[in-house]
Amino acid sequence: MSASDPLLRVSGLTKRFGGFTALDGVSVEIAPGERFGLIGPNGSGKTTLINCISGALHHDAGTIAFRGEDISGLAAHLRTRRGIARSFQIPRPFKSMTVEENLAVALDFAVSGGHGLTVEAQHDEIMSLLDRMGLGSKAQTPSSALSQVELRKMELARAMAARPKLLISDEAMAGLSSSEIDEVLALLFTLNGDGITIIMIEHIMHAVMRFSERVICLDAGRIIAAGKPAEVMADARVQEAYLGA
Amino acid sequence: MPATGGRWMFWAGGLLFVAAATATTFLVKNEYPFFAGYVVLQFIVLATAWNILGGYAGYVNFGTNAFFGLGVYTAVFLFRAFEAPLLVQILVAAVVGGLLGLLVGLLTLRMRGIFFSIATIAVAIIIETFIINWKFVGGATGMQMLRPPTMAPFDSYVKMLFVVNAILVVAAVALARYIQGSWIGRGLQALRDDELAAECTGVPTLRLKLVACVISGALMCAAGAPNAMYLSFADPASAFNLNYSVSALAMALIGGTAHWIGPILGAILLSTTQQLLTVTISSEVNVLVLGIMLVLFVVGAPEGLIGLARRLRVSAKAKEGAS
Repeated sequence: MSASDPLLRVSGLTKRFGGFTALDGVSVEIAPGERFGLIGPNGSGKTTLINCISGALHHDAGTIAFRGEDISGLAAHLRTRRGIARSFQIPRPFKSMTVEENLAVALDFAVSGGHGLTVEAQHDEIMSLLDRMGLGSKAQTPSSALSQVELRKMELARAMAARPKLLISDEAMAGLSSSEIDEVLALLFTLNGDGITIIMIEHIMHAVMRFSERVICLDAGRIIAAGKPAEVMADARVQEAYLGA
Repeated sequence: MPATGGRWMFWAGGLLFVAAATATTFLVKNEYPFFAGYVVLQFIVLATAWNILGGYAGYVNFGTNAFFGLGVYTAVFLFRAFEAPLLVQILVAAVVGGLLGLLVGLLTLRMRGIFFSIATIAVAIIIETFIINWKFVGGATGMQMLRPPTMAPFDSYVKMLFVVNAILVVAAVALARYIQGSWIGRGLQALRDDELAAECTGVPTLRLKLVACVISGALMCAAGAPNAMYLSFADPASAFNLNYSVSALAMALIGGTAHWIGPILGAILLSTTQQLLTVTISSEVNVLVLGIMLVLFVVGAPEGLIGLARRLRVSAKAKEGAS
């Protein structure tokens, strides 16, 4: 893989649910280290697209290549091991575990040789991640006792514990206050600063606009606009899709 | 991961348990305590085995009787065809049970919740029907089993079977304990909480569920193997009795599914009560008691005896802190 090759290449991706086409020939390339925004009205196919990329759903046509390898047929856990981690729109913690144990799952299973790590090495890696996320004091808290913003941070931390190359954040800021949004946004910026490519799906426009270097807008399963955030926002079709003019 | 010190303690305890079980067979002349104790030990194995899939992974198996009955009939077949010794019967039954676990797992583990449970009931019915129509192992009427001569140093066959079950208990609990403390247990716990999140966190969910199914099935089948010799008789209606499924599940739930000690406590509590009631009142009442206790625990202590103990400890601590 040369430096100019994309990290992720999605070509002609199509996903149908019965007679409904949720994704219709979507093609997109994401460069290593990029901050990439994915917007679109409700039901436009954003989550379906990332479900297909992460392997939670299997697509009907098209290919997905990650670091030059076709991963179309791989199960989700194998894609995670290759470096694609994600958070969920509605947080999905392992409820019976503490915050630390939630992250330990990722270390045990997503990192090659992860369950060979000593207990101390695992603990150190988890604690340094939690400290960065501002969850250090919550390590021993049952994840069922976390607040909404803490859950979102833990989801990101758990995804990060898998040592990903590509992090997909699915509406990590939905339902948060504006200061909490700034907090999560700052976190994502630092992660990106460490060289992690990030795809952000978000309805909170000012957050996506601030964060993304490049944005695509989906509507009814097709890409209707792509480019710099300001250009996409100015696009007539995007405004129409959102405002229904 | 369990500390090394804990591991030594556990194995020392297991060894002590088997030694004590063996010693009592020499000290106590009466056969009845061993006749009853055999059943208690058998249910510890069944409840522990059930918990590996039902408790750790959250897949409720109603087909314990399928595995148990298959174990009984594996032993019957091996004895009838080759006069195979008990040890061989148990080991082969474990392998057969593991294979059935793999097969059932591959066919059903893509189903969730109630659908998986229904599928496991179907498996029991299929295997029982097959055995009923197989004349070589006695068909529907069953088959008398002639016990081979008792092996030294034991003076009765039932006492020997009691010790055999004590060893099976240690093996089953050791496996459950290992799984619980290892990364396998953590993966099972993750997929029980949220299967999609587990898969997206790198957990090979299908493979781990299959591992749980194979181990659980092997233990259940092994527990069934000595039963033919224990009763000197085997018939499909009792070998595939749904009671085994309900009991194994109830014992694990009543004891608590989160820790390997739970099924042990549940099995001791329930099967001892049942044995006492069978002797003092009638064997019909013990089924009723099982039902009543299950209802009481589901309502009053949904996390079983271990959950109850934890709650008491926490409130005792809180009281201490307050005073």
